[in-house]
Amino acid sequence: MSKINELFSSKLHAINVGIEFFKDDIIKQQANATHLEWKPPGGGKPELIAALDRLENAELAEKIEAANKLAVERIIQSQPMLVGFDQAINVVPGMTKTTILHAGPPITWERMNGAMKGAVTGALVFEGLAKDIEEAERVAASGEITFAPCHEHNCVGSMAGVTSSSMFMHVVKNKTYGNVAYTNLSEQMSKILRMGANDESVITRLNWMRDVLGPMLRDAMKIAGEIDLRLLLAQALHMGDECHNRNNAGTSLLIQALTPYILETDFTKEQKREVFDFVASSDYFSGPTWMALCKCALDAAHGIEYSTIVTTMARNGVEFGIRVSGMPGNTWFTGPAQKVIGPMFAGYKPEDSGLDIGDSAITETYGIGGFAMAAAPAIVALVGGTVEEAIGFSTKMKEITTAENPNVTIPILNFQGVATGIDIRNVVQTGILPIINTAIAHKEAGIGMIGAGITYPPAEAFEKALLTLSERIS
Amino acid sequence: MSIKVVIKKSTYFDSVSLMSLSTKANQLPGVEQAVIAMGTEMNKEVLRNVGLLTAEVEEAKSSDLMIVVKAETEELCDKALAGIEELFSKKGETKGTSEIKYATIDSAAKSIPEANLAIISVNGAFAAREARKALENDLHVMLFSDNVSIEDEIALKKYAHEKGLLMMGPDCGTAIIGNVALCFGNAVRKGNIGIVAASGTGSQEVSVRIHDFGGGITQLIGTGGRDLSEQVGGIMMLDGIKALDEDEATKVIVLISKPPAPSVEEKVLAQVKQCKKPVVVYFIGGKEEAVAAAGGHFAKTSKEAALKAVVLAGANEDELNKRALNWPLIEEVRAKLTPEQKYIRGLFCGGTLCDEAMYSAMETFEDVYSNIQKNPDYKLKNLHESKAHTFLDMGDDDFTNGKPHPMIDPSLRIARFLQEAKDPSVGVIVMDFILGFGSHEDPVGVMLPAILEAKQLAEKEGRHLEILGYVMGTDLDTPKFEDQVNKLMAAGVTIASSSTNAGLLAREFVVKGA
Repeated sequence: MSKINELFSSKLHAINVGIEFFKDDIIKQQANATHLEWKPPGGGKPELIAALDRLENAELAEKIEAANKLAVERIIQSQPMLVGFDQAINVVPGMTKTTILHAGPPITWERMNGAMKGAVTGALVFEGLAKDIEEAERVAASGEITFAPCHEHNCVGSMAGVTSSSMFMHVVKNKTYGNVAYTNLSEQMSKILRMGANDESVITRLNWMRDVLGPMLRDAMKIAGEIDLRLLLAQALHMGDECHNRNNAGTSLLIQALTPYILETDFTKEQKREVFDFVASSDYFSGPTWMALCKCALDAAHGIEYSTIVTTMARNGVEFGIRVSGMPGNTWFTGPAQKVIGPMFAGYKPEDSGLDIGDSAITETYGIGGFAMAAAPAIVALVGGTVEEAIGFSTKMKEITTAENPNVTIPILNFQGVATGIDIRNVVQTGILPIINTAIAHKEAGIGMIGAGITYPPAEAFEKALLTLSERIS
Repeated sequence: MSIKVVIKKSTYFDSVSLMSLSTKANQLPGVEQAVIAMGTEMNKEVLRNVGLLTAEVEEAKSSDLMIVVKAETEELCDKALAGIEELFSKKGETKGTSEIKYATIDSAAKSIPEANLAIISVNGAFAAREARKALENDLHVMLFSDNVSIEDEIALKKYAHEKGLLMMGPDCGTAIIGNVALCFGNAVRKGNIGIVAASGTGSQEVSVRIHDFGGGITQLIGTGGRDLSEQVGGIMMLDGIKALDEDEATKVIVLISKPPAPSVEEKVLAQVKQCKKPVVVYFIGGKEEAVAAAGGHFAKTSKEAALKAVVLAGANEDELNKRALNWPLIEEVRAKLTPEQKYIRGLFCGGTLCDEAMYSAMETFEDVYSNIQKNPDYKLKNLHESKAHTFLDMGDDDFTNGKPHPMIDPSLRIARFLQEAKDPSVGVIVMDFILGFGSHEDPVGVMLPAILEAKQLAEKEGRHLEILGYVMGTDLDTPKFEDQVNKLMAAGVTIASSSTNAGLLAREFVVKGA
């Protein structure tokens, strides 16, 4: 039977694109219709539609599909293992005594926002490169400091992302593909360097982390050898974390894994007690750990010719930047960083907020964080309040991603894998932007965290990437 | 100033939920400052910073919930605390299972395997792309959008033909698939007559007439107005005929179009010749010989097409009410019109209805003008000014550019009607009122005040203004057919029983005695 004759004898189920009452009329007639939440592709911009069309050329589309399949396979198959902790100067490629790494795409000292300037000056004091914040500002502007994005040194950094040579880093190795990723230790919440705070209490804590916490974790991992982070991540999601803003379960799992080895280290009972108290002081201890896991997996998927998969989303507080697999190396596509909207600590107002900042959007790039909100009903307040909305965000992200990660699943969605592999073509086609849930830092230096909420990347970063990539490969 | 503290022992809430509650609590009336948080050291620090650290707070444990409110008076504090209690107890309403929303045809088609057709009505600039995506996903397409290039139409139809899919449109407003009317359509009985039509209102009219004669429809395939042009070559009409010929439920096939390109007409008639089933051909202004030579059944009017179809499908012609022209009525109207009242003005929503009425006038008169005239000599130069006999298709792009179709928004037609009504050379104004899916909810109702106004005006000037209305719809349609007709009759409007009769009556009303 021909397809047309099959249609005659089947129950009608229409997909309706455009005028909505056509759907209503069909439903009135006892047939099925699904109305699309359709928007003009590329916001209706002809050059973007032309670029999308170019990429749909059959031969090219096939190459892109193959490249994306490979990229997503590498993200999913990556098995990032925690293999150690050490000071940045000892492990991070290209690190020097006068290097300061920061979050997001490249930025100069002059253009940095308040939170990042606060973190940079605090780090300079912490490193002994300046005696106080005032002097640190002069040093930062002197040209003697090398500023570079964390991402360009195999690192990721929370919020301002500021990383200096003597800070202790997670060392995360990809068991499948061999690459290594690094990230700082959590300073826990609120008034901390990565949020732009830099007073004495901040520096004192950093010193303790350098002298006690870091070395203890380093020694513990020497005994432990390796810890399978992906396994812990999967469990944490089942326990109600989305592992960007909620890390309650993940932190328990991580410290549970580390504890026996911490106990075996040569530190005093008091010092161990300090470490456990510190971990217990907030649930964010494992926050950076998952970021390093995500970075480790995504780096394995970067640099695949023809691939339209996003391998980095990061913000420096001024610009939001993305990198795409098919544009190898450090090609950034940027747009202005956006406001983060969400609940705030008592005493602060939306106008106190700095713009979106941090490498933590690496979690959404991997498929957790905002993408896994359905796994974390306890913090639905971030996305407007209802569990249903949280589930909606997680399912909506499938519109712009290529695969579901079977290794990291969400119970409430019948154990579907998290939406993985953001395709810039889908973002431009649908106008759906990746959802990011993140903390809010005060816009001024020296204050710290003032809230948390959701935000989106600027569409133009994806549009620029699409145009450039389509020119490169077609 | 008053500060009140409530400590709830061993009560856990996630910090983010509490931040959200705090934000809401701070918006409660009279609240100076409100903090709702777990009793951790960090949170106590925050309270100290804002000057709210009381002795009670100091003693709170990290597993205790702290509610601290600062307000002008004690009373306001209590009110705020009550308000906060309410915030805690108020849960958002859940809608149960949420409807999954899709943004693209690709994702919808992949997630809904039973989906079999896409209706596309987005802006013409994006429509072809969406239609291609639908075809790629093996969906049949109803492309409602206009302003799609002919190149795109040809490419889409060729692709659909290769894949064996229906590609209805572009600029296709009507279809009935599996007894479901799509976009603009009427509620017609299920039956054994299949229609392939390159004209929207034309096919609506034939389906309505078939229903009126007691027959019914299997499928109504709309091909879009350009399908029978030289360039497109009738790709969809040919595929539609084949499919209906194969369809067991279909006994008779009806083809409807405005005049096709000659070469395409030949192709279509060659296909008709191949058909196992009787085919009625209603090509407006078409010739009988070619159709007869192909073994088809020629219909000169939409009514004749419907009549022939129901008879071929098994109805007994003698038992049908053919709704013949009412000659006494015609004589009566002729007598009322002055010698100056010579002209017909047709104001139509339906393109084919306009065409049919115009062709019937052209059989008797020469000076028949229209915005859709094929003959350039009689194509209306100034759209805003009627000339002699004028028939306007107000659903044509000339009028709808940037505005909704008059089937949905009647304002343009109302204004034009009042303009025509003032013209002393006008004998009859003829209008269609289209019911059914997609149409205005009360097409007669919106026109009535203007009709009454015009009638009064003519009366004042001592002339009779004949208004002829045709309500296109079935007894199954909404709004109710009968109500619409009654409203018109009550306003002194003469009712035609079909599109064909509307054209004939309008013509005969203004024929001046020899």
